[in-house]
Amino acid sequence: MTMTTYRSEAPPARDGFGQLLRAEWTKFRTVRGWVIGLVAAALVIVLIGLFGAAASNFSCAGPEGRSCAASTPPVGPDGEPVNDRFYLAHQSLSGDGSITARLTSLTTVSSSDNQKTEPEPWTKAGIIIKESTTPGSAYAALAVTGGHGVRMQHNYTGDIAGTVSTKPSWLRLTRSGDTITGHESTDGTDWHLVGTVSLPGLPSTVRAGLFAASPHHEVITESFVSTSATSYPTLATAEFDRIDLQGTWPDTGWTGDSIGDRAGGGPGGGAEPPVGFDETGDGVTVSGAGNIAPIVAGRGGLGKTIESSLVGAFAGLIAVIVVAATFMTSEYRRGLIRTSLAASPRRGRVLAAKAVVIGAVTFVTGLAAAVIAVPLVGAVERDKGHFMFPVPTATEVRVVVGTAALLAVAAVFSLAVGTVLRRSAGAVTVVIVAIVLPYILAIASVLPSGPSDWLLRVTPAAAFAVQQSVPEYAQVTASYAPADGYFPLTPLAGFAVLCGYTALALGVATFVLRRRDA
Amino acid sequence: MKEALHVEWTKLRTVAGTAWLLAAVVLLTVALGVAASAVVSCSGLGCGQDPAKISLTGIAFGQAVVAVLAVLAVGGEYSTGMIRVTFAAIPRRSTVLAAKALVVSGLVSVAGAAAVLVSVLAGRIILPGNGFTEAHGHATLSLADGPVLRAAVGSVLYLVLVGLLALGVATAVRDAAAAIGVVLGLLYLFPIVAAVVSDPDWFKRLQRISPMTAGLAVQATTGVGSLPVSPWAGLGVLGLWAAGALVVGGSLLRWRDA
Repeated sequence: MTMTTYRSEAPPARDGFGQLLRAEWTKFRTVRGWVIGLVAAALVIVLIGLFGAAASNFSCAGPEGRSCAASTPPVGPDGEPVNDRFYLAHQSLSGDGSITARLTSLTTVSSSDNQKTEPEPWTKAGIIIKESTTPGSAYAALAVTGGHGVRMQHNYTGDIAGTVSTKPSWLRLTRSGDTITGHESTDGTDWHLVGTVSLPGLPSTVRAGLFAASPHHEVITESFVSTSATSYPTLATAEFDRIDLQGTWPDTGWTGDSIGDRAGGGPGGGAEPPVGFDETGDGVTVSGAGNIAPIVAGRGGLGKTIESSLVGAFAGLIAVIVVAATFMTSEYRRGLIRTSLAASPRRGRVLAAKAVVIGAVTFVTGLAAAVIAVPLVGAVERDKGHFMFPVPTATEVRVVVGTAALLAVAAVFSLAVGTVLRRSAGAVTVVIVAIVLPYILAIASVLPSGPSDWLLRVTPAAAFAVQQSVPEYAQVTASYAPADGYFPLTPLAGFAVLCGYTALALGVATFVLRRRDA
Repeated sequence: MKEALHVEWTKLRTVAGTAWLLAAVVLLTVALGVAASAVVSCSGLGCGQDPAKISLTGIAFGQAVVAVLAVLAVGGEYSTGMIRVTFAAIPRRSTVLAAKALVVSGLVSVAGAAAVLVSVLAGRIILPGNGFTEAHGHATLSLADGPVLRAAVGSVLYLVLVGLLALGVATAVRDAAAAIGVVLGLLYLFPIVAAVVSDPDWFKRLQRISPMTAGLAVQATTGVGSLPVSPWAGLGVLGLWAAGALVVGGSLLRWRDA
């Protein structure tokens, strides 16, 4: 008689990672508090965004009842809001041709005391070829700047550095179809190429001539109570001679125009400096104020960036951190951890499954909230008269997906800290303080900008760089502080800092989970 | 009441975390205050900085630990089921809450006073080296100076009120993690939301009702006139938040089963 060993008829149980994921997902979705917590996170992201937009208002009345022109700035060829104020002595140029001029001096007068001052770093004077005299139209300019040598700039955002920084400086712009070429020279015989730019769709007849512009002098005072910026207009005067026009120039003389001039006072309400031009022998003297540059987003600006509609992410983050920490700590509190680890003795995999589940659930929640918040809040802001800083679609996707990813990684971070501390209150506090407090200290003008920047480099708060949608412009002097929405790290690098902290916390969590009794 | 106090004091004294948390309040407050004092400098007359406020920057950090301590005083009992024993021993629930509030306030004010004293002392030593000198219009930090004394005492009271706020929220929410999330959200979110609000009226309104921004107005020693809310009134705003949380928590405590 042969003995047969008993074999169970039931199929062998699998202990794959899929089963673990399913177990953790079942735990998550059946605990009402966690689901409510995530729904609340999504809600506050949208609602606080809406509140921020609803509570943003501006009353901007120009002098003598005129409407305030600053609320609807001109828009550049790429759709970005721009400053386009300068003084231009111009003629029309038909077809291809070139303009050459020698700039002999560039001086600046401050309007606050009518004294000669050092030119602003980005005081500009030189030659320009522009689609029309309408503010916001396409242009290419070759200019001598106050502190950055010769520059070839086009369409507000383009900026190419030349090599000449001595005066007199010879400048030449040549038009050939849609292409404008800039040359510089120190003596008028030996010419160097500065750059070649393309202005697509440039009409055959354009305006070309000599211009001068000088931005406001900005004084930014940082204090505990607030950061206040005071500014006053400056006036640049440039002297040109040896003007040489090649090609077809139908006009017989120069026409002066104050481009983008708003009658009756600048943004500061102060009197406009006396702009104009003067023909002297074979030369022309041009005096102008203003700037030809993109408008920079920042505190107190009228424009709104897409990340301002995601300010609710901070509130959502706190809710997510609470849920993620308790996703682990409640296992300890209820003793469920012993069942979990009995069912799956490989402890690292339990932690991995939990991390995947909480990360994925948070990512989806955050993505849904961000996708709803951005267009909704943007619509309210536009409705209230703010203009939005346009961003490429890729940037918009990066901000929205990045916000969701930030929430997801923060959730995993919180889970890992919860595993290490095993106490929910401690874990939640550590993670919130690590991510939110540095950001508050950095934006609250408590610290000067240097230490603020460092806080946003070395703490998990660096990850909020993923929300920055507008670039810093090297050719515009402005406050690029964290409080203005500018982060010291690139979006990906900032996000990587949070990922680094999370990886470290996960490593420690795996280690202590294996070493300690549950 | 005396017995209830004794009970709560014994519980809080013998829980392992309390001593560590109190030490952390002092350590983290002083550490951030010293760091801020070391990096902020005053370049000339009227640099717009407030030396008392700089040296007390650490309160923004220490308050988080105070909140943990207060939340655990209630939340810990709920998570272990101890709360039922407590109420069996002292059936008057408001007495229990009042005793907890008194004990937590006492402990926080001791730790807070230590943290504030060391922070101000550190500021007194460090700040003159960063340009906060008589020549730049800043007297040496001294508690004999009225506004500085107000900033120091106010900061200790601020921590106590944050503790009471956390205690009230924890009593209402009963879950330590959720309670700490709510408290830190209340404290930290207002300044962030205020930063994106561009309507000056709303900005002021948010600053006035924000428990952290309004409460910390008590630290201001320069530019008091331009504050959104006067120093003591600001601390009063936080006091209202704390009282509201305690009233809501106390009422729920009476109505609900433990």
